[in-house]
Amino acid sequence: MKVPFAGAIDCDLHPLMPSATALLPYLDEYWRDQLVNRHIDRYSFVLTSYPPYSPLSARPDWRQISGLPAGDIDAIRRHALDPFGTRLAICNVLHGAVALFNEDMAAALCAAVNDWTAKELLDREPRLRASILLPVHNPALALREIERLAPDRRFVQVLLLAMGEMLLGRRTYWPIYAAAEKHGLAIGIHAGSTYHHAPTPSGWPAHRVEDYVAQSAAFESQLLSFLTEGVFQKFPALKLVLIESGVTWLPTLLWRTNKTWRGVRPEVPWIDRPPAELLREHVRLTLQPLDVPRGDPQRFARVLDHVGSDRMLLFSTDYPHWHFDGEDVLPDGLTDDTLRRFMIDNPLETYPRLRDGTVADHAVLRDNASASQEHVR
Amino acid sequence: MNVPFQHAGASQHLMIVDCDIHPAYRTPADLHPFLPARWREHMTTFGEHLRQGLSGQLAWPRMMAAGMRLDAFPEAGPPGSDLELMRRQHLDANGVEYGMLMQLSRGGMEERNLDFAAALSRAVNDWQLEEWVKPEPRLRAGIVVPQEDAAFAVSEIERRANDPAFVQILISPRASDPLGHRRYWPIYEAAQRCRRPIALHVQGYSGGHASTGSGWPTYYMQEHYATTTGMQNTVTSLVFEGVFERFPDLKVVLIEGGFTWVPSLCWRMDKHWQRMRKETPDLKRPPSEYVRDHCWFTTQPIEEPEVPAHLADVISWLGWDRVMFSTDYPHWDFDHPQRAFKFELSEEQKRKVFRDNAKALYGLT
Repeated sequence: MKVPFAGAIDCDLHPLMPSATALLPYLDEYWRDQLVNRHIDRYSFVLTSYPPYSPLSARPDWRQISGLPAGDIDAIRRHALDPFGTRLAICNVLHGAVALFNEDMAAALCAAVNDWTAKELLDREPRLRASILLPVHNPALALREIERLAPDRRFVQVLLLAMGEMLLGRRTYWPIYAAAEKHGLAIGIHAGSTYHHAPTPSGWPAHRVEDYVAQSAAFESQLLSFLTEGVFQKFPALKLVLIESGVTWLPTLLWRTNKTWRGVRPEVPWIDRPPAELLREHVRLTLQPLDVPRGDPQRFARVLDHVGSDRMLLFSTDYPHWHFDGEDVLPDGLTDDTLRRFMIDNPLETYPRLRDGTVADHAVLRDNASASQEHVR
Repeated sequence: MNVPFQHAGASQHLMIVDCDIHPAYRTPADLHPFLPARWREHMTTFGEHLRQGLSGQLAWPRMMAAGMRLDAFPEAGPPGSDLELMRRQHLDANGVEYGMLMQLSRGGMEERNLDFAAALSRAVNDWQLEEWVKPEPRLRAGIVVPQEDAAFAVSEIERRANDPAFVQILISPRASDPLGHRRYWPIYEAAQRCRRPIALHVQGYSGGHASTGSGWPTYYMQEHYATTTGMQNTVTSLVFEGVFERFPDLKVVLIEGGFTWVPSLCWRMDKHWQRMRKETPDLKRPPSEYVRDHCWFTTQPIEEPEVPAHLADVISWLGWDRVMFSTDYPHWDFDHPQRAFKFELSEEQKRKVFRDNAKALYGLT
């Protein structure tokens, strides 16, 4: 169904990625030379996970005349913000810098992408917010990037890929989570792989559609990693957002971790309550692509019942990826109360920085007041 | 220990088929009588050559007693190595009419030296027959073959094809390539020809790839979970590589990899297939239909939702005729037939899950 009321917060939107040439002004002299001399500026930095002409990567009516995905600022307004009455939207620029092995080059390009995002998108459209693209495999460099951008409160989360060098719960990455928690940034994990490992435990699938289906398994592995390593105990205010993850796999994970934990809890003694409780508190998932048969509202209602919470889902279009047609972005059969949670309340609870200037929400005002008192102390 | 029937589960009078029982060697020398001298010596001198850092032990140590039920240790040897104890403790006590042997270790599935793998495979199959099925006719063997050597695997399958002691074919779901890959197709062709299902039991050993797309997990709790994600990947591969289109009579049993993820996986595959179907034009039907027609799933370790009836929703989406009871005896996470299900099954559902589905699949009378 269409959105029944205005004011939604779109938690996953993909602007057109800047060309490497467009990033040159945001790089220092050394990296400008490197890019130009090595012809790196002629590469697209498109991730293998999102081939531009693949049907999943953009809806037919969300493409440029050239066939490439749309997503410049005018297209974002015309396609993704206005038709859905969107109040705020979080931009995730999926730039291939994160798949580089050279950590310094990755960090320089991530910083350039982030600065480009601030100038070309956030400065020009007040409804947009963004994620900080992180060179995650060098946590020191990633931390530097967070600290550099944290004062700009239009950046509301950090952005990581579902499949990278190591599972993200590992202690190596904890400085990133400490900084994110301190600054009120959510941890966003987006579908996609650096392909530094085979995407499945038995190697490399033949087809792109298999890789895309396998994204949910990658998210499951990451949740297990955050859970077992004790990230949620260490950083109790942290919110983990799974972006473009699908949703219907979640009940199995909740049930299974609860049961397995009862048998293996001496191995992970810091998990001090049933995993499903921890996950429901800390984990959020964006709505698209909604992996439940369309036209069967009862089934999605059952899945939500299995999830056991209406706090976990966040409205998203995943623009310009092709998961639905027209403005038919929401599953049928949900009450307005549930939709309001997905479209407004849950995003506001997930992203503290989205509450800036949200004067209508008294709970938020209260939170902000206590947070600022905290700050004064 | 005949426990009176109190909970939902198998009725007292219903004999069951247990689709996952693990026999064990008393010592590795148990295989010696079935190995040629050259390979006996090789096994003693060099041992198995696997794709992991530790020799002779698992990289994620199990939680209790090496992953075994504490009460399943016989006086000598490891759990599962004493047929008398298995009879007394499990086959008799739990009314097992038929039990499916899952012989995972030293069957050659994960061995890098393919000549040794072939010798192990043949030896393990002879050992199952002589030491288990002949003395205990309630048990049924699986033809264990090294999937990385399809030519040998086919010869071993054909060699056992006329022996009703062998009801299925075991290969590793953690192979060196996703199982839909055409290098494994000769095995599927032989399975179809010999009318045996392919049995995929979760594996502790890798075929050379990390257990997640982001590398290796830290804890056993993660590795334990990774079996379910790996099974999802395996089903995806079999479907999209067109294995079921190519071998319309092939049947696949997924063992110990969970089953509640199946409806979700099917919805996801259907959705993305619909969008991407030009990439796999050989698929004539939505992926979920292939799964529905070709795949069976065993129950242990059964999911225990906070609301037990939620499990019934999932099985109804999956199909009551596709779920088969298993205990995983003598492993630590054994499911007891009288206590596995926490909600009331109808008599018909009980008969299907605990007995009839398996009997129909394996052609048991």
